[in-house]
Amino acid sequence: MESKLKDTKYSSPRLGAAQIRLLERLCNACAVSGDEGEVRAIVLEQIKPHASQVKVDALGNVLVTRLGQGERRLRVMLAAHMDEVGLMLTNDEEDGFFRFETVGGIDVRQLAGKPVWIGKERIPGVIGAKPIHLTEDDELEHKIPLESLRIDVGSANQGKAKIGDRAAFATSFTRLGPSLRSKALDDRFGVATLIELVKHAPENVDLLAAFTVQEEVGLRGARVAAYAFDPQLAIVLDCTPANDMPSYQAEGWDEQNMLYNTRLGAGPAIYVADRGTLSDPRLVRHFVGTAEALGIPHQIRQPGGGATDAAAIHKQRAGIPSISISVPGRYLHTAASIARLEDWKNTLALVHAALARLTPDILL
Amino acid sequence: MKELIKTLVETISPSGYENPIRQVIQGEVEGLVDEMRVDNLGNLICRKGQGTPQGSKIMLAAHMDEIGIMATHVDDKGFVRFTSIGGVWPQTCIGGRVRFLNGASGVIYGERIDDRYRAPTLEQLYIDLGASSRADCPVRVGDVAAFERPFLDLGKRLISKAMDDRIGTAVLIETLRQLGDTPNEVYFVFSVQEEVGLRGATTAAFGVAPDLGLAVDVTGSGDTPKGYKMEVSLGKGPAIKVRDSYILSDPRVVQWMVSTAETASLPYQLEVLEFGGTDASAIQLSRAGVPAGCLSIPCRYIHSPSEMVDYDDVQNAVRLLVELLRQPVQLG
Repeated sequence: MESKLKDTKYSSPRLGAAQIRLLERLCNACAVSGDEGEVRAIVLEQIKPHASQVKVDALGNVLVTRLGQGERRLRVMLAAHMDEVGLMLTNDEEDGFFRFETVGGIDVRQLAGKPVWIGKERIPGVIGAKPIHLTEDDELEHKIPLESLRIDVGSANQGKAKIGDRAAFATSFTRLGPSLRSKALDDRFGVATLIELVKHAPENVDLLAAFTVQEEVGLRGARVAAYAFDPQLAIVLDCTPANDMPSYQAEGWDEQNMLYNTRLGAGPAIYVADRGTLSDPRLVRHFVGTAEALGIPHQIRQPGGGATDAAAIHKQRAGIPSISISVPGRYLHTAASIARLEDWKNTLALVHAALARLTPDILL
Repeated sequence: MKELIKTLVETISPSGYENPIRQVIQGEVEGLVDEMRVDNLGNLICRKGQGTPQGSKIMLAAHMDEIGIMATHVDDKGFVRFTSIGGVWPQTCIGGRVRFLNGASGVIYGERIDDRYRAPTLEQLYIDLGASSRADCPVRVGDVAAFERPFLDLGKRLISKAMDDRIGTAVLIETLRQLGDTPNEVYFVFSVQEEVGLRGATTAAFGVAPDLGLAVDVTGSGDTPKGYKMEVSLGKGPAIKVRDSYILSDPRVVQWMVSTAETASLPYQLEVLEFGGTDASAIQLSRAGVPAGCLSIPCRYIHSPSEMVDYDDVQNAVRLLVELLRQPVQLG
């Protein structure tokens, strides 16, 4: 089928200073699952002038339709999740101390000592850690369970933070030369990419953009968004771990890192399979073929664990052929992730080009 | 029917890559069905019968995918690391052979482990395709393979890498051959991606919107030395599922199957499986809910390269299915 597609003349949308500033705003917004309002407000402001129809559904998904032109247009759903992992306050222990739970997949080992922002007013707090002066040798050997961690907001802010408030990692977006650092690259990259795609949608498709909620707690928003859109195929834009740090193991076979998942700088990660989805082979061929035809750097994400909104989307209704494309990022689901600007640019270029080359023949 | 079984089980088609087996099945059912379509995920949906006022809309599902593996890494020397597609156990892999969809073949072996009596992890295993560098390895990351093992006919007992669930597809095809007129509107669904989470049956059931659903799949048995304790044996007839981890079969469906078997003097066993699930549970929870059950073929060594079934059980499953379908369904 690939051979029938001829290269479409198109110009890829640019990622310049304005787009990076928008990504910064999106990354600095706090939107722990179930409380996506801050990101949703930015999305609505950005896409309204460009959309044929905009709707916020009952769960809080932003559903944007941008109709194309001409005959035989595919209805293509693109999804990016607005929420991020974080914490929720569960018990007020007075004097500024709060117990908390994690929201989404967080390794408790990396929490102690991290500053956080709580609630809409961004009350600053810190997940307290015992100073090294007072730590016994055997304590250093053991991990600190969630039950013994507290968020300390300082007694003055006691009344401002309350049970049920969410807390996000207090990490501001920073540009580090060719790289970016933020608390929420997963998945503000996807949100920012999808905003650009709505603004610069190729006309050969009807673009159905879903900015989804509650992905990190079980792909809940995407499930209802896919039901509502009932598209012919779906592309999920997400951020996936790069575990490509230099290995310090002994010589021989061991020096090969075989569980890198993806590599920074190697381009957008095309999914063939994860725990939740077997990507439609036709879409895998289309994306790899597009990348090869246009010389866009790309990589196959190592098949294995993890899941994206595609896992919920592809099983919706009578079935929706789906694929995920991710920007690789290091240290995801911790207080600070790092990714390459170039990988983001190539992701936008690849997805835009792949859309522009889509014809209904792909489903034959 | 053995020729049909051999053809079906020797076809390589792991979950998500069911094109080859779908083409084989399409060829077998051509002319036996009134309508045939392939849905968005690749399920083959075949209709037989127009339905009548007394009849029901029945969905039968047998999954055509099989477990397999997918390449995750090709190292400098051309060895391939892999992950599982569906439930693949490391202890059944060592020394086994796989065939990739691109035709390449290789053998699975593992890193040396100090304790030879301990099973390795999947991460310690690799595929040797006879290559000596990444450049001459015929496999790339994301390529898919299934286990390769020829069909073995022991007369009464049959062995294959993919009885789960090609034997179910064989039962559906043979049922189509034997079923004459039916008052029901019957959808024979050859589903995809069962082994990775009943995904195909989920979307097929939404598309078909049946009144009643039956999966046809394998189940375990409790008749091997110091094996799993279970009241199902090979050769005592097809099993009527009462429950597994994912479904409590609709008691009316169980009763319908039991009384039909007894009326026709066909052997059957009742099945209580304490693990696993089949397409039946996906059908049951579709839309506003569907009465569902499962006709099981007892099978030993499931998800190993040598799954064994009893030929009489297979033929009796066909006879029971024909009896179930040829008359209007009365659920008590």
